[in-house]
Amino acid sequence: MLIKKILLYSFLLVTSLITLAPFFWMVSASFMHDGHANVYPPIFFPDEFTLVQYKSLFSRLDVARNFVNSLFLSVAVTLISLFFNSMAGYAFAKFRFKGRKSLFNFLLSAMIIPAQVTMLPLFLMLKSLGLINTYMAIIIPGLANIFGIFLIRQYVISIPNSLIEAAKIDGATEFQLYRQVILPLSLPILVTLALFTFMTTWNDFLWPLIALTDNSMYTLPVALANLMLEHTKDPELMMAGSVVTILPVMIVFLALQKYYVKGIMMGSVKE
Amino acid sequence: MAERNLKYKWTSSAAYLFLSPALSAIFIFFFIPVIAAFIMSFTDFDIYSLGNWSNARFVGFDNYLRLFDDPLFWTALKNTFYYVFAATPISIAVSLSAALLLNSKLIKYKGIFRLSYFIPVITTLVAVAIVWRFIYHPRFGILNYLLSFFSIDPVDWLGDPNWAMPAIILMSVWKNFGYNMIIFIAGLQNIPEHLYEAARIEGAGKWQQFKNITLPMLAPTTIFISIITMIGFFQLFAEPYIMTQGGPLNSTLSIVQYMYQEGFRWWNMGYSASLAFVLFFIIFIGTIIQFKVQKTSDI
Repeated sequence: MLIKKILLYSFLLVTSLITLAPFFWMVSASFMHDGHANVYPPIFFPDEFTLVQYKSLFSRLDVARNFVNSLFLSVAVTLISLFFNSMAGYAFAKFRFKGRKSLFNFLLSAMIIPAQVTMLPLFLMLKSLGLINTYMAIIIPGLANIFGIFLIRQYVISIPNSLIEAAKIDGATEFQLYRQVILPLSLPILVTLALFTFMTTWNDFLWPLIALTDNSMYTLPVALANLMLEHTKDPELMMAGSVVTILPVMIVFLALQKYYVKGIMMGSVKE
Repeated sequence: MAERNLKYKWTSSAAYLFLSPALSAIFIFFFIPVIAAFIMSFTDFDIYSLGNWSNARFVGFDNYLRLFDDPLFWTALKNTFYYVFAATPISIAVSLSAALLLNSKLIKYKGIFRLSYFIPVITTLVAVAIVWRFIYHPRFGILNYLLSFFSIDPVDWLGDPNWAMPAIILMSVWKNFGYNMIIFIAGLQNIPEHLYEAARIEGAGKWQQFKNITLPMLAPTTIFISIITMIGFFQLFAEPYIMTQGGPLNSTLSIVQYMYQEGFRWWNMGYSASLAFVLFFIIFIGTIIQFKVQKTSDI
């Protein structure tokens, strides 16, 4: 039993370390001087710790601007879609209206349409409105999404109707009811969905690559991909860029991870 | 359902008010583009139509017929299938193994191990693809360095047409397995303990328990996981874009990447739209097949 236990633990430990190894190397190389990650045999720790890569990212390459773009867009898309999705999810969960079931099922089945299908017309649409290469080009397709509506609906359905009725009797209007009863009671799922949306928007690549055409408008992933084209031989600089891109989502995730795991569970029990 | 007992009559007008912001956004910026893309795939919409849409003409099925004669399309299709049908089973096998390990009663501190397996899932794909590009570097990369201890000669992972796709698959599995692992762990915890007890009383060994209880009980979870994993993998784009640009010799060019190049680099948007619909069609068929499998396995 003991031997088995030791074997299990060492296996888990080794595989965990292997899984995390790319991140160790990323962080380590980001603190190296130019050329130090381009040697054979590789060195795993900087022999002289330096912030020079981060300095050139923020002074010469103006990555701060891309960081602000990413942060602003992720927060904006998260807040707006949370508002839209929560209202729709509430309506699907607690109202009875004509066509509710078929409308909901229709939306669910539309979830298998890959987003890439919409991108060509969406680009033309936003171009004719003069919105390509603006923040709106990212915000507009993120206003609402079916998965978010689904997630909220699953949660709100479990809120007892008696609570809603009590508020009705107290004379609350429909909107007050939503704001003062439904929203506070759905806080856990709102945090989950906010986390999902924030991280998806932050990490998104293909659509921002299409819709943003200027370095000053790029989000971090697009800026990083672009930087890679000119700096294929500068692993130290690119690793610093990767750290800057990954760190914010990592922090947000670590702070709220139990909500994230709950969201995966809820998303995986559809039907 | 409890909601039938509501004493208060809900007004549908309020429901429509709550629905309208989200549904109008989804309708205008999702459903209309889907329909428009479908129509576009039957036109010769190109760079000349970009300034004036009326320059685009209907060409019937020309775009779809052109696909059949386009060697690059077949290459992209073949590569995408190679990627999906290798990466999906490997990813599921790794996820399931990790879930089984972490479900073991002998283990404490599960949270830490689960977290380290899960971290790649939440990180930015573009950033980790860049990290892996350097890990795969033929001269200075860590991977070749580690393999040298087993006296394996350096491999030009991303520069060799035979190794580029396996290299991308390895990275994708590393990036994704944590997600499915979480779902598998939940699935495992939902299997009633008494089934195992009954099996033990009848003298079934560990392997028999796994084969006759764990696997069948996990079947719905596995189907669900293979559907979402497959749908995600069919949309392969950022990894080849960052790591190989579709090369070498187009050995990692994916459908979405080809669609992106045709549509947004050469502005052959009509043709690109037909590629998008082929992708949709493949995902649709794949999903249907797996649902069918689920139906038959239920009986």
